[in-house]
Amino acid sequence: MQMYDLPDSRGHFGPYGGTFVAETLSHALDELRAAYERCRKDAAFMAEFHDELKHYVGRPSPIYHARRWSELLGGAQIYLKREDLNHTGAHKINNTIGQALLARHMGKQRVIAETGAGMHGVASATVAARFGMQCIVYMGSADIKRQAQNVYRMKLLGAEVVPVESGSRTLKDALNEAMRDWVTNVEDTYYIIGTVAGPHPYPMMVRDFQSVIGEECKLQMPELTGRQPDAVIACVGGGSNAMGIFYPYIGDPKVRLIGVEAAGEGLATGKHAASLSAGTPGVLHGNRTYLLQDANGQITETHSVSAGLDYPGVGPEHAWLKDLGRAEYVSVTDDEALAAFNGLCRLEGIIPALESAHAVAHAARIAPSMPKDKALLVNLSGRGDKDMQTVADRMGIKL
Amino acid sequence: MSRIAGRFATLKAAGRKALIPYITAGDPLPASTVPLLHALVEAGADILEIGVPFSDPMADGPAIQRSSERALKNGIGLSDVLNLVIDFRKKDSTTPVVLMGYANPIEAMGVEKFVAAAQAAGIDGVIVVDYPPEECAPFVERCRKSGIDVIFLLAPTSTDERIRSVALAGSGYLYYVSLKGVTGVKNVDAGEVAAHLPKLRAASTLPIAVGFGIKDADSARAIAKSADAVIIGSRIVQEIESAGAEHAVARVKALIAPIRKALDA
Repeated sequence: MQMYDLPDSRGHFGPYGGTFVAETLSHALDELRAAYERCRKDAAFMAEFHDELKHYVGRPSPIYHARRWSELLGGAQIYLKREDLNHTGAHKINNTIGQALLARHMGKQRVIAETGAGMHGVASATVAARFGMQCIVYMGSADIKRQAQNVYRMKLLGAEVVPVESGSRTLKDALNEAMRDWVTNVEDTYYIIGTVAGPHPYPMMVRDFQSVIGEECKLQMPELTGRQPDAVIACVGGGSNAMGIFYPYIGDPKVRLIGVEAAGEGLATGKHAASLSAGTPGVLHGNRTYLLQDANGQITETHSVSAGLDYPGVGPEHAWLKDLGRAEYVSVTDDEALAAFNGLCRLEGIIPALESAHAVAHAARIAPSMPKDKALLVNLSGRGDKDMQTVADRMGIKL
Repeated sequence: MSRIAGRFATLKAAGRKALIPYITAGDPLPASTVPLLHALVEAGADILEIGVPFSDPMADGPAIQRSSERALKNGIGLSDVLNLVIDFRKKDSTTPVVLMGYANPIEAMGVEKFVAAAQAAGIDGVIVVDYPPEECAPFVERCRKSGIDVIFLLAPTSTDERIRSVALAGSGYLYYVSLKGVTGVKNVDAGEVAAHLPKLRAASTLPIAVGFGIKDADSARAIAKSADAVIIGSRIVQEIESAGAEHAVARVKALIAPIRKALDA
């Protein structure tokens, strides 16, 4: 494989990515690009970022060998990258720390964010509190009902949560509304996008901030096992935890990269969120990528038991890695994810986020047919505390 | 000369300013659109902007968002919009028609197929909100070959360099977004607009149309002092929403007529 050096200067990953935004935002994105270029090359900025990751987030996160789970499956060994142990309970904070530092560098005192399950909203509210910024989080009213606890967490942290009543009232509509806010308040506002999507430079920048995950793994796996893993597995909604762990491994062709999308009730039912597995290329939220859409180019509603994967698009770099064949993309249903969720709870004493349970489920699917000396590295991107209500409801249990 | 250029030339010769109303196709009902378009022309519209409904209208305020949702509930897609224009053209072959919308419906249809169909339907121009010039060069090229103007937006935040490149890529007219924000939420500030337009004039000989936040005869007249055209969208769409299908034509005519009068006064 050729040296991988993407995106190009205008944010393209092959035909994907780019800057598909209304004119009012063009200048703001130019400024953001310039500021990020300065900061990523600035040793002091990067030192502060890593200092925050160490002392505030609690990095590096460990890698844990799930021995009982691996033994039961009877094949490849499963290792878990414990992003669930981060402050706020998921990988999302890696990115919001980076972007909050950037916002401060740019002199912006007001930050906005969109959120689906609420994890990125919580991570944004957290860093806003940490750095003394005003924070407004846009959240679909349907998601607000599903994720009442996270809404309360954001409010405790001092953020204002604005319900979004348009469209399907979920994550994609929250993103639309955050963009509208940004267009209106572009001079004093920094928009913290939570995933590797949106207009350039967001997909690149969020990937860079999240790639601390994979960088750590590249050091930790040889320490633990004497070598790099045979495959790296991560769930993909927008795709930030997956890009974070994939990116440092892209140049190592011996390591398979496997992204796991949400098949919801099954790809055949249409009730899913698997844009790479079942979508087609199009333009949404500032970039060209695979989208779930109808014949008229209208974005369709998605379904997944995990709100964090419930998004009709995907980061453009994943789209390109799929087309290149460098990463493989598979899908896991709600039921399979819940089975893996239960398995990990009972066998390893780890309650994973439902999103991460998708990656665990795929590892459990392929491990049995592999030799015992193979290693699968799963990004356990978040913890499942936020999902208690959802899981209990599915099991018919009243909390 | 294209229909759009022709219309601006005629208006200029007469010392008049262009009135460009916007409605969303298929709102409130698919059958409402063609009568509304004819009514707008009767009430004094010079160019018509027709919105193509999209599920995720990121640059639009609540009024146009709701109109888009109503049209989508009616099942209106891009090909239906093209058919509505074909219908409109049966009785009106002179008024320029501009489609306004987002990139994805066009990409889903395919650029080649869209441009051919748009040309056949008698469409004169297109505004694609999330297609900045640097991302759509092949589209612009294809439209130009078919005599369709691609109209680009410029904003108060556009730098001089950007104004030059956007002015170079576009044809028909320049759409100056009068304020930082989405459609139909804030009120336009005519003084600020007048202060910005000389930069656009220096970069381009295209007519300048101003939109976002123009609501009535007074704001239209104030903007027309410096601009060549005023675009009114959200205010009309709100009128359609409150009037309902039955009264939409009469109410929209009553809204537009005084604005026309103010522009000509």
